[in-house]
Amino acid sequence: MQFLSYLVNGISLGSIYAVIALGYTMVYGIARMLNFAHGDVIMVGGYIAYTVMTTMGMPALAGIGAAVLVCTLLGVTIERVAYKPLREAPSLAVLITAIGMSYLLQNLALLIFGSAPKSFSSVVSFQPLRLLGGQLIITGETLTTILVSAVIMVALTLFVNKTKVGHAMQAVSEDKGAAQLMGINVNATISLTFAIGSALAAVAGVLLCSAYPTLIPTTGAMPGIKAFVAAVFGGIGSIPGAMLGGVLLGIIQSLSTAYISSQMADAIVFGVLIVVLLVKPTGILGRQTREKV
Amino acid sequence: MALLEVRNLGITFGGLHAVEKFSVSVEKGQLYGLIGPNGAGKTTVFNLLTGVYQPTEGEIVLDGKSIVGQKPAVINKAGIARTFQNIRLFKDMTVLDNVKVALHNQVKYSALTGVLRLPAYFKQERVMNEKALSLLKIFDLEGEAAQMASSLPYGKQRKLEIARALATGPKLLLLDEPAAGMNPNETAELMEIVRLVRDRFGIAILLIEHDMSFVMGLCERIVVLDYGRVIAEGDPETVRTDPKVIAAYLGGEA
Amino acid sequence: MKIKSLNHNFRRSLVTYGIVIAAFAVIQIISGMGMLTNSLSGQLVPICAYIIMAVSLNLTVGILGELSLGHAGFMSVGAFMGAFVSVCLTDVMPGWLSLTLALLAGTAAAAVIGLLIGIPVLRLQGDYLAIVTLAFGEIIKNLLNSFYVGRDASGFHFSLKDAPSLNLDETGEIIINGAQGITGMPRSATFTLGFVLILITLAIVQNLIDSRTGRAIMSIRDNRIAAESVGVNITKYKLIGFSVSAALAGLAGAMYAHNFSTLVARKFDYNTSILVLVFIVVGGLGNIRGSVIAAAALTVLPELLRGFSDYRMLVYAVVLIVMMLFNQSPQLAAWRRKWTAKLTRGQADGKGA
Repeated sequence: MQFLSYLVNGISLGSIYAVIALGYTMVYGIARMLNFAHGDVIMVGGYIAYTVMTTMGMPALAGIGAAVLVCTLLGVTIERVAYKPLREAPSLAVLITAIGMSYLLQNLALLIFGSAPKSFSSVVSFQPLRLLGGQLIITGETLTTILVSAVIMVALTLFVNKTKVGHAMQAVSEDKGAAQLMGINVNATISLTFAIGSALAAVAGVLLCSAYPTLIPTTGAMPGIKAFVAAVFGGIGSIPGAMLGGVLLGIIQSLSTAYISSQMADAIVFGVLIVVLLVKPTGILGRQTREKV
Repeated sequence: MALLEVRNLGITFGGLHAVEKFSVSVEKGQLYGLIGPNGAGKTTVFNLLTGVYQPTEGEIVLDGKSIVGQKPAVINKAGIARTFQNIRLFKDMTVLDNVKVALHNQVKYSALTGVLRLPAYFKQERVMNEKALSLLKIFDLEGEAAQMASSLPYGKQRKLEIARALATGPKLLLLDEPAAGMNPNETAELMEIVRLVRDRFGIAILLIEHDMSFVMGLCERIVVLDYGRVIAEGDPETVRTDPKVIAAYLGGEA
Repeated sequence: MKIKSLNHNFRRSLVTYGIVIAAFAVIQIISGMGMLTNSLSGQLVPICAYIIMAVSLNLTVGILGELSLGHAGFMSVGAFMGAFVSVCLTDVMPGWLSLTLALLAGTAAAAVIGLLIGIPVLRLQGDYLAIVTLAFGEIIKNLLNSFYVGRDASGFHFSLKDAPSLNLDETGEIIINGAQGITGMPRSATFTLGFVLILITLAIVQNLIDSRTGRAIMSIRDNRIAAESVGVNITKYKLIGFSVSAALAGLAGAMYAHNFSTLVARKFDYNTSILVLVFIVVGGLGNIRGSVIAAAALTVLPELLRGFSDYRMLVYAVVLIVMMLFNQSPQLAAWRRKWTAKLTRGQADGKGA
């Protein structure tokens, strides 16, 4: 039974990673850049929800709505101001700019909210689920996280594969020039991708802070890195890959914390990533590309 | 025994036979042309010969030794050098250094010798510089030796690529569309250089080229590829009048 | 023409040495006059360490052309190995000898780890390689965080679990204590040592670049397929570049460790790797002199921004973003060229009139 409860926790944590990884992977697919500031958008989402709910005393739904709204605007603004001018620049230049953006967000949060941890009140109010005669207890947060993530994944998959805008996003990630010639508004599509990715980050932020209620300016950094690993693990650029990678990563982390050592859990997560990439150099669901000679 | 003996070479990409049953035999010092319509598989043949792709079937024998399955660097050491259709220079290195990289296996000293600046470093660097400059001189590039390779005009970039390939001391040189993008003057000059290279270094040259006057005027033998298969082989006159070749180029049924 | 072009690299290296020597002399004079602030003089050894880190990372990223996000991992290997050797040897031999051995041990350990990591990692390409170097950096940090070493009458004891499981007898002492790190190093690193090690690092890297080996490494960066086609053994030269880079990071770490009496592995997480990456991108990829200057300037900058107190890291972030936008954006570059042209023309007209 212990095992089942660790597994459920792992799936729940993994679902959060998956939601963050979706943002990473969509942005990578379309802009070919590692958006290092993505993790910090999660943190911003957490602080906005905290402000609305705890400081202003408004209901949870308002907090979530505000977080999504602010993060969406933030994501689009970051892209317009910092990344768009560098679209033709070497990829390392964009990476460094993203790192600068990450420092900027963290230090803004530090100035506004201070370095003392804020205790986040959960957005979930219903009782834990008791299964198997009370041997397996699933908290409301865990259940909500899994459900919300599942809905997001299904909705996003449908959106990308079934709608015209979704097709446009796929086209732009395939070939910007060709997409432009086909009459797709490339700039708008990229903005939209950042908007969706950041909105997802906001949701992930609220879920993360509900499950792990300590909020500090660097809250988003490690989950950001983990989600990045999850995206690469599943095959960066691939939406099903990000989901699979995220969930697997969460399970691996939860089980190694439980059965091996909490100190070594991160090392094991990264170790598995390395093994996967050595066996399959483009991740589990990534596409193999052949260089034309 | 010919210098290069290729028998029944073939490769499939996802079920598609890109090259099938390709055979050719190149003698020492021979100027050999490889022609065919676009997409016939000419560059694929080069990639197979140089180990960039691994053939699914067939044999490649250079100077009596099979080189199938070897890595590109090993094949280069065995004696095959090449140029690329889409020029592949070391862009952020000087013209001189581009050639010196290719002298890598000709003039050697260890990494430690280089870091510690032992006497062997200065001696071998001098040898390298002399060799590299004399090669650049053949291609009239010695004036640009200190420039970045990316700053050269297109025609000179093509020439530098040939110089670089020659620096590896090959027995067989593969030129992939050496005259592409050149004006008639440059093309005529290039023909002279190719002949000069063959005479001076005594090496065999296999070249892909779309400029028919270039191929016909230069090559002693020609092999024609269409849809991955050899459709004709022989001296320029035979190939020029072969009905299958004419049909392939005009797009009719053979 | 011939002589000039051949001496170009050599002259460029000389200028770099010159800048470093001049900076050292100036700081020594300022320090001698007692005009160096305490906080800045405490930064001198770390600045030297970061300069060595930047130069060595530039070998991987700028010269070999592979993005590494785990360079701090090699620094920590060197730091812990160096500190460990020092703690063990400090009572049995003169200080200069144990320091020298510690620096050599740190360098060698990082080189070995670099080689071991390089063999699998360098098969990957681009962003995948980057993420795996980040992963290795984090793994090293985690391992060091749960690494325990003790010594007693019966010799050394190791554990990956906790201090009690070292099973030390009553004479025993813990040398490396997991997340609490290592303590008891002699604080023997000086600015002069840092200066000498910078010169050695510069000599190794600049001489390597301007040699047969360095050209082979750069050819892989510029065009892997062409490099193979002229007979360059890709794996071998990637490994040489990567492990020399790791070794020098180990040297930086070993020196850095001797600036403190306590050292923890947390200090060397991916934030440190990224900080060094920022140095080399700002200084210019492949530009060794730029790395030296950027590492020094960007380490001093937050100190100089102390006047802004709470805002200093914010200012640092904004400076970084604006600098990248200004230097790398094609539109801004074109705009800048236009204005420079206008201004210089204006000057020329002015002179003509």
